[in-house]
Amino acid sequence: MNDIADKVLKGDPRSIAKLITLAENNDPIASDAMKIIHPKSGNAHVVGITGVMGSGKSTLIYELTREYRKKSLKVGIIAIDPTSPFSGGALLGDRIRMMELATDDGVFIRSMGTRGMLGGLTSAVYDVVEILDASGSDVILVETVGVGQAEVDVIKLADTTLVVLVPGLGDAIQTIKAGIMEIADIYVVNKADRPGLEQAVAEIESLIDIACSGKDRKTPILTTVAKQNKGIVELVSEIEDHNKYLKKTKMFDVQRRKRYEAELVEIIRKRLMNFIFDESKFKGKFEDLIDKISKKQVDPYSASDEILGKILK
Amino acid sequence: MEKKIRVLVAKPGLDGHDRGAKVVARALRDAGMEVIYTGLHQTAEMVVKTAIQEDVDVIGLSLLSGAHMTLFVDVTKLLKEKGMEDVLVVGGGIIPEEDESKLKKAGVAGVFGPGTHCEDIVKFIKKNVKR
Repeated sequence: MNDIADKVLKGDPRSIAKLITLAENNDPIASDAMKIIHPKSGNAHVVGITGVMGSGKSTLIYELTREYRKKSLKVGIIAIDPTSPFSGGALLGDRIRMMELATDDGVFIRSMGTRGMLGGLTSAVYDVVEILDASGSDVILVETVGVGQAEVDVIKLADTTLVVLVPGLGDAIQTIKAGIMEIADIYVVNKADRPGLEQAVAEIESLIDIACSGKDRKTPILTTVAKQNKGIVELVSEIEDHNKYLKKTKMFDVQRRKRYEAELVEIIRKRLMNFIFDESKFKGKFEDLIDKISKKQVDPYSASDEILGKILK
Repeated sequence: MEKKIRVLVAKPGLDGHDRGAKVVARALRDAGMEVIYTGLHQTAEMVVKTAIQEDVDVIGLSLLSGAHMTLFVDVTKLLKEKGMEDVLVVGGGIIPEEDESKLKKAGVAGVFGPGTHCEDIVKFIKKNVKR
């Protein structure tokens, strides 16, 4: 039997926290524990919250959580912030906006650095979702890093994806439409007390008209002022409606399959990269090849053959 | 893969002076650590619960109101109660010399007053982190 997995399934906060750390550090104890966790997961509704920097994602999560807690639902929160590519360190400050939740036993918050992953998520996030799910969370809110155009991995992870915007982005909405504007299940225009609300909503609407033509569900736009708790009840009910829609149309299974596919790809990528870059037999070789590429003694493709050839054979 | 040191930087009590805490948080980040910053007005219970969920290796407490003998000690007491003595606790702020030894006895491993160089805090943490 696996001790830490058992404790996680019983909802023990310290074991949950420790297992997340082990998963983040690619510890073999975690991969063993996940064998027990995975079959027990899959019940929680996973909601991804993405959007531009400063759009109020953390505050929105705080207010959503308070609403879910009124319904006595248990909430898991994963708050992701960027890891510095230079120092490898990270400043994880999303909790500042969620302070009041710190002593609520029905809420588990974990801050994570991206640790080199692009796409707005972090490598271990799939494990963390399963851990929080299996340990009893009814709803899991995943806050991505503040996004620009390409950080769209969250749609594979989340059952429901919220894209959070604010008034006053103006033409910027037009330019970002190719990225995050295509991924929303629900649009949220937060800070709706600011000037420019009508214009922002109109611009999103015109994008939706194009994107949703011929589809049976039109992506809704909700307006909120998270700081004043305005529009939160409506947002929670819209999220629940989307969950019902997924289940009614069997899209739910399609969505979950996407998540597991992304998870499998990520685990393979991670293990392969660790094998190549952390195994001692390749380590010296790798440095040596970079030297040779720098001196033009070898080209990068031939160099990659020298490493991959040994694995792919 | 090298394990990252995770640090909780917290400001217990009622003073609103968080410049120091933020400077230290940044320095620890630049030293490659993952720093969770929680903001002002934390109770000991909030600090310890956050430390549990975030599974931190280090707690850094900052306080400039003079209540360190109560609030820092509340945190170390609560950690002891929860069997979390393996978390390294350090503190900073306006702390009179005569209190330093008392705090160390109570489980605050390092005390850093005004004028401390950030790199000394980084060195201290890297040397003393217990897990």
